[in-house]
Amino acid sequence: MSLSKFDYYAPETIDEACRIAAELGEGAMFMAGGTDLLVKMKRKFLVPKAIIDIKKITGLDEISYDDEKGLVIGPTATITAIENHPLIKEKYPAIAEAAHATANVQIRNMASISGNLCNAAPSAENAPVLMAMNARVTLTGSESTRTVPLDEFFLGPAKTVVKQGEMMTAINVPVPPKSSGTSYQHISARGKVDISAVGVGAMITMNGDICEDARIFLGAVAPVPMMAVKAQDVLKGNKITDELLQTAGLEASKEATPITDMRATAEYRTLMVAVLTGRAIDESRRRAA
Amino acid sequence: MKHLITLNVNGDDYTVACESSRTLNEVLREDLGLTGTKLGCGDGDCGACTVMVDGDSVSSCLTLAVACEGRKITTVEGLAKSGEELHPIQDAFIEKGAIQCGFCTAGMEMSALNLLKKNTSPTEEEIRTAISGNLCRCTGYYKIVEAIDSAAEKMRENK
Repeated sequence: MSLSKFDYYAPETIDEACRIAAELGEGAMFMAGGTDLLVKMKRKFLVPKAIIDIKKITGLDEISYDDEKGLVIGPTATITAIENHPLIKEKYPAIAEAAHATANVQIRNMASISGNLCNAAPSAENAPVLMAMNARVTLTGSESTRTVPLDEFFLGPAKTVVKQGEMMTAINVPVPPKSSGTSYQHISARGKVDISAVGVGAMITMNGDICEDARIFLGAVAPVPMMAVKAQDVLKGNKITDELLQTAGLEASKEATPITDMRATAEYRTLMVAVLTGRAIDESRRRAA
Repeated sequence: MKHLITLNVNGDDYTVACESSRTLNEVLREDLGLTGTKLGCGDGDCGACTVMVDGDSVSSCLTLAVACEGRKITTVEGLAKSGEELHPIQDAFIEKGAIQCGFCTAGMEMSALNLLKKNTSPTEEEIRTAISGNLCRCTGYYKIVEAIDSAAEKMRENK
């Protein structure tokens, strides 16, 4: 399983990276950790003519937070850096938990969340929580920069709104609303080291006993990480009881459209969506208190 | 595209002319003759190819050699550099019988090093999490976990 030949570029600035991408055109790909890209290249699913390694660009691995802008994650910050970051653990615990749920230690030491998103696997571990928390991503090309809500980012398996020549330059997660809590619940065949068969990210905003707002996203049970609209609707404006947790879980499982693959059957996934959605809502509302 | 790169491996500089498409694993094993690092799945799942780059464990099968220019690489051969005295992790693996066929050992030891550099007193659960990306098909992990626990103790005493 050796790699086909390609040209390698290691630019030192975003401008230089985007200029190289624009000059090379089709067949040039950006690389951060490379842990998904190289696997796809070894299998010949992708045969890029050039790789633009963005890891040498200074400052792109920064993680910062302020009370107005919220959290900004640079595109080359490793998943290990995210799972261990004290401010993320304190203010965005579910983001740290989803990061910890990604692959194994070695891969987390190399891989980035930007790569996990751009690879656009339906099972992308980091997508559901970031979507639930209203994350936005910045895409920079040689001509312009734009910001896209993450819940409009995915188009299908391995398909996103990223255009040829654009690179993800930041992931921004707003300050969580007051009295909100978040959770990531996931399940996989081999403990917690392999890719999740189902993942559920939630952010629940409470007003006393009443659920004021709910954002619930399901991973690995549709072509893209998807919003569980009906599950959200049954929660909003209501008191969260054990019965309502069950109802919301069942609604989510009706919305999911899982397939059977090596990781789980469609039937099992449907059942687990109900269970994990209930758990995600329950943990979120407890954290909101 | 060929690149002339200098890799710092176990404290020594090596200059190699290599294609962009070659992995760090290929260059270590085939160009530098450092065959202690193994190649298992080639997909980053099995951990047999684990090495340290700038102090963090990585899968050398998914790392481009050309991207390692100017970075510090440590392989299993760098654990006992003098060739005489073994590293406490290696001693512990022998003492606890944590090696059977030996194929996973280099990767296991590098993952143990990655853990013990950051956490000098890991719990059993932390040890198991640390080697969750390293597959062993012989010993069933228990002796490996014991060895890492014992290595942690030795390394604390040596400090």
